[in-house]
Order: sequence, then C-alpha cells, then structure tokens
Amino acid sequence: MSSVPKQDLDSWRGQVSKPKRGVPEGLWVRCDGCHATVFRKEVDKALGVCPEPGCGHHFYVSAATRIRQLLDADSFEEWDANLLPSDPLQFADKKSYKDRLVSEQKKTGMKEAGIVGRGYMRGRPLVLGLTDSAFIMGSMGSVVGEKLTRAIERATEKNLPVVIVSGSGGGARMHEGILSLMQMGKVSAALARFHEAGGLFISLLTNPTMGGVAASFASLGDVVLAEPKALIGFAGPRVVKSTVNIELPEDFQTSEFLLEHGFVDRIVERKNMRTEIARIIDYCGK
Amino acid sequence: MPPPQILQFERPIFEMEEQLQKLQEQSNPSAHIKAAIRNLRVEIKRKTREIFDNLDPWQTVKVARHPERPQTLDYLELVFDEFIELHGDKSFRDDPAMLSGFAKLEDRKVMFVGQHKGRTLDERNAHNYGMPNPEGYCKALAKMETAAKFGLPIICFIDTPGAYPGIGAEERGQAYQIAVNLRDMSRLKTPIICVVIGEGGSGGALGIGIGDHICVLQFAYYSVISPEGCAGILWKQATPENSAAAAQALKFTAPNLLELGVIDEVIPEPLGGAHRDHRAIASTLKKSLLKNLKSLSKVPVDELPDHRYEKFRRIGAFDEGGISDAS
Ligand SMILES: [Zn+2]
Repeated sequence: MSSVPKQDLDSWRGQVSKPKRGVPEGLWVRCDGCHATVFRKEVDKALGVCPEPGCGHHFYVSAATRIRQLLDADSFEEWDANLLPSDPLQFADKKSYKDRLVSEQKKTGMKEAGIVGRGYMRGRPLVLGLTDSAFIMGSMGSVVGEKLTRAIERATEKNLPVVIVSGSGGGARMHEGILSLMQMGKVSAALARFHEAGGLFISLLTNPTMGGVAASFASLGDVVLAEPKALIGFAGPRVVKSTVNIELPEDFQTSEFLLEHGFVDRIVERKNMRTEIARIIDYCGK
Repeated sequence: MPPPQILQFERPIFEMEEQLQKLQEQSNPSAHIKAAIRNLRVEIKRKTREIFDNLDPWQTVKVARHPERPQTLDYLELVFDEFIELHGDKSFRDDPAMLSGFAKLEDRKVMFVGQHKGRTLDERNAHNYGMPNPEGYCKALAKMETAAKFGLPIICFIDTPGAYPGIGAEERGQAYQIAVNLRDMSRLKTPIICVVIGEGGSGGALGIGIGDHICVLQFAYYSVISPEGCAGILWKQATPENSAAAAQALKFTAPNLLELGVIDEVIPEPLGGAHRDHRAIASTLKKSLLKNLKSLSKVPVDELPDHRYEKFRRIGAFDEGGISDAS
C-alpha cells in the first residue's frame, strides 16, 4: 500500500549530479548506487529511491520531504521555528560563520539544520525531529540542540513517542565550538529523563550519521532503525584510515556493518518506514 | 635526568635559567655576582609571567600537551592518598587509556575515573596515547554506577586527544558507548566533579564529562574538535599556521570556556605551567577538589540529577524570534 500522498512527490536536492549534455537540468539524475542515469520523476515516485532493478539506492531527501513521507498529510505542526542560529564565537575560517549561515539558508531554504514538531503517523500522535544533512552537513549547534531538547521535554510532558531522523555528516558543529559539544550532553540528558518517564524513542539513522550526533541522541533509541547503506559511525572513515593505516573493511560504517555488530536493530527500506515505525509504536503501547 | 623538553616560546626562560645556573656555580661569588643572581631571578619570574600571561590558544595547546605536564597517574600519586584500581569493564577488555578505581582524598572516599596518556614512547603505546576505546567508556560508566550505588562521589580527570578512531572502536560501538555515558551520567545520584587536566578532546572527553562541577586547569583546553582536525576540514590543510588559526577561532581556552558558561572553575597553574611544578599544581588541585566535594555533599543526592540537568540545559546560544536571516 502506498502510504504517501501525491503531494509528497516533490523535488529533492543534494546529491543530484550534473545533467548530461543536452538533457534539461533536473530531468535526469545519476545514481550513486548503480551509476545509471535515471529519470528523476521515477526516483521521486519511489520516495527518492533508485528505481533501477536490483539497485534501491536511497538518495538524499530533505527534511521537509521526509516529513511528508512519514506523517499523515498536513498533520505536522512545527515547533520553535523561530529559533535561529547566532554566532557566539564570532567564528571565521576562510568564510565567516555569519556569511556561511546566510548562504546555507539561501541554498536550502531552511533556517537551521534541525526541524522539530508534532504530527500524526497513520493516526498515531508523535513528536518528530529531523536533521537535514544539506545544512552545514546536518551538524548540531545550539539551535539543533535546543530544538531537540525542547521537543523531548514536551514529549515527556505529553507522554508522546519521539521519532528522530538523523542526517548529520558533520556531527557537532565546529563553528559554535564547545557549545556544540555540550549540546550532545544536553540532548542526551533530556532523553535520560524521557527514558525514566517511560517514553518511547525511535531513532532513525539516515545517510550520513556521524560524530557528535551519532555519539549522542542518534544512538540512544529504544529501537534504532537505519536506512540501507547509510554511513554511520563515530570517526570519519578518512580519519580512521589515516590512523590505522590499513584498508578498511568494504562495508565499514554502513548500516549493514552496524547491524552486524549489534548497534542497529533493523534496516528498513524507505517505502516501509511508516509501516515499521507505526508498528513499533503499537508494540510499545504508545 | 634527560634534558627538559622546551617549547619554542619557553626558550628565553630556559636561556636565563642556564645563565643563572652558571652564575650560581661560581665559588666565592663577588657581591657583584650575587646582585646579578638576584636580578636574574626576578627577571626570570617577570619574563615567565609575561610569556604565560600572553599565550595564544595554539601555544596553550602546546602547554596542554607538554610531555612533562602532570598526567592522571602523577596526580593519583600526588593528590590522592590511596588508589585501588578496578580494571573490569565486564564486556570486552581492560582499556589502559581509561583508569578507574577507589581512591582516597584525605578522609574522603571517592571513585576515580580518568584518562591517562603516558609519557615515554612505551608508556604512550601502552596507554594508547590516552585515546579510549568503547570498553574504556563502558568501564568508566560501570565504576560510576558502583559509586552511585554505594554513595561515593565521582572524580573524573579528562586528558585525551579524543576517543580512539580505530576499526575495532567502530565495530564495538564507540558512538553508542559515549552516548550511553552522556545519558546515564546525567542521572547518577552521586556528586560528580570533572577536571580537564590537559586535553579535553571532543566526544572522547565529554564521555566522562557530565558532572555537577566542571573545572579546567588554566592551560588545559576543551574543544569540539582538535585544532588540527578543524584546520584539516575548514582550512583544507592542517598546517601549523592553519591549526593556530583554528585554535584561535574555536575559543577553547579556560577563560573562553568560563565566559561561554560551559565550566564552573579555572584552576590556576603555577608560574610557567603545571609542567614546571607538579607538586604545586597537585596541591592547588587537591584544595579545589576538597572544597567542591564538601559543597556538593550538602546537596541531597536525589536532587543532584535535576541540578545537573539544569546546568547543561542552559548551555547554548541562539536568537529567538528575531529576524529570519542572520544578516
Ligand atoms: Zn541506482
């Protein structure tokens, strides 16, 4: 059964390769999984999954698209959309953090990497949080930390299940320094209280979930789900490689690798995600 | 004694000290030489203060990593009156980068947890340069839970470049173990004091860093990422120049951390840094620990987790309800 209304099939950004010569931009995309050039509409129809037989590569989808894929139509009520990043360190590398924020906001149409709110999944009320890897690599700074913490606190009060979809290659955001690191502690502590209150937390790991995000809330689900072949880990693969100086296992830090080693409960294809999450919520009596 | 390791910016101090030694070696020094010795002593102090009052963040990192800087095992010797090591993580193996055990601080019994880097090459290899694997975090948490069960306060010494980025570490859930420590430390019903004694490297440091009172030694640093790591990503190359620039940008020195509201106390180091006088820093540190243990012992243990929560809850900087663009 198709669980996604028609309006969900909207555009997605990110890992869209340059079109071949003569092909109108955006009509075709190259798949990172099978390297075939596939019709973009077909990918959209499949919730951002490659339609080539035997491929099933999960493309990047934006947080907004994911909300539509996961929740009942128009049921999402965003919380704390007015929380905006500031520049507490007056950080600058080759570019100032202030300028970077502005250009990331323009590029993504988002104000920050994280979105939280409440909605319904097949009629079940829940609190949903997401990080979008397109915004400064989905990294967690003060805003993402604060939004998630508030969302978890409200879920604790209202006794609602929490689902967090992580897409964070950047982990804790460097540009906010130690304040970003401390968000890991803050969100994890909020989850501890939620956990003590008997709350159900389902963590969904998507490509990529690394560093400080993996080493805090993303790993702490009562049930941890992952999309196929997502990159998930603590240290970046390049850092690991340069440390150990040997070839890394082929499936290193993939969803499948984490499942094999016992840190992911289930790998779930995107088309089944709603059904699976709803079923887990029912099992846990939430 | 091998010659002391000297940092570039410490050179003027050592040159004057050599001069001083030469003067002092003279038998039957004249009044003139005696005066020169006196002046030189004053000058050495003045110069040392001048240099260490003006360390830039990258130089601070060098002090924090100084090979002769006191480390966890030194402090266990100099600060504590007893240490009964407990090795077991009960899951995989004993992680030598993370030490834990019962310890006594005068008449106070505590649980000690701390990373240890090692000084000589052999020691550093044996302790994995202070970079714990998941089992280290697992051991640390297990001992902290024991402490909470029996009403022992916990003292955590942080000194790590970061959690170990290895294949086995990833296979055994480095991210998961650190996350669990963050979650569970926040709820422990016993006082927790955390002290960054050298390097506070990212998640690897925070993994034993959720406490009621957080102190940082004056020339230690505590950062979301190492300056080299940050330089490699944002400046594209981890050259010393770029690392110095990243160190400046990350605002991770003790005064910065205090200003950002992330820590509670900066513990002053002896003139010229902790590596110049192990006993002096040990004594200062001991006083701070005793003072904080005393004040935390007045809080009912059942209230500690909520206080601890509020403490971390406040951290962060954002605009609420302002204009939509950061411009
Ligand atoms: Zn494909």
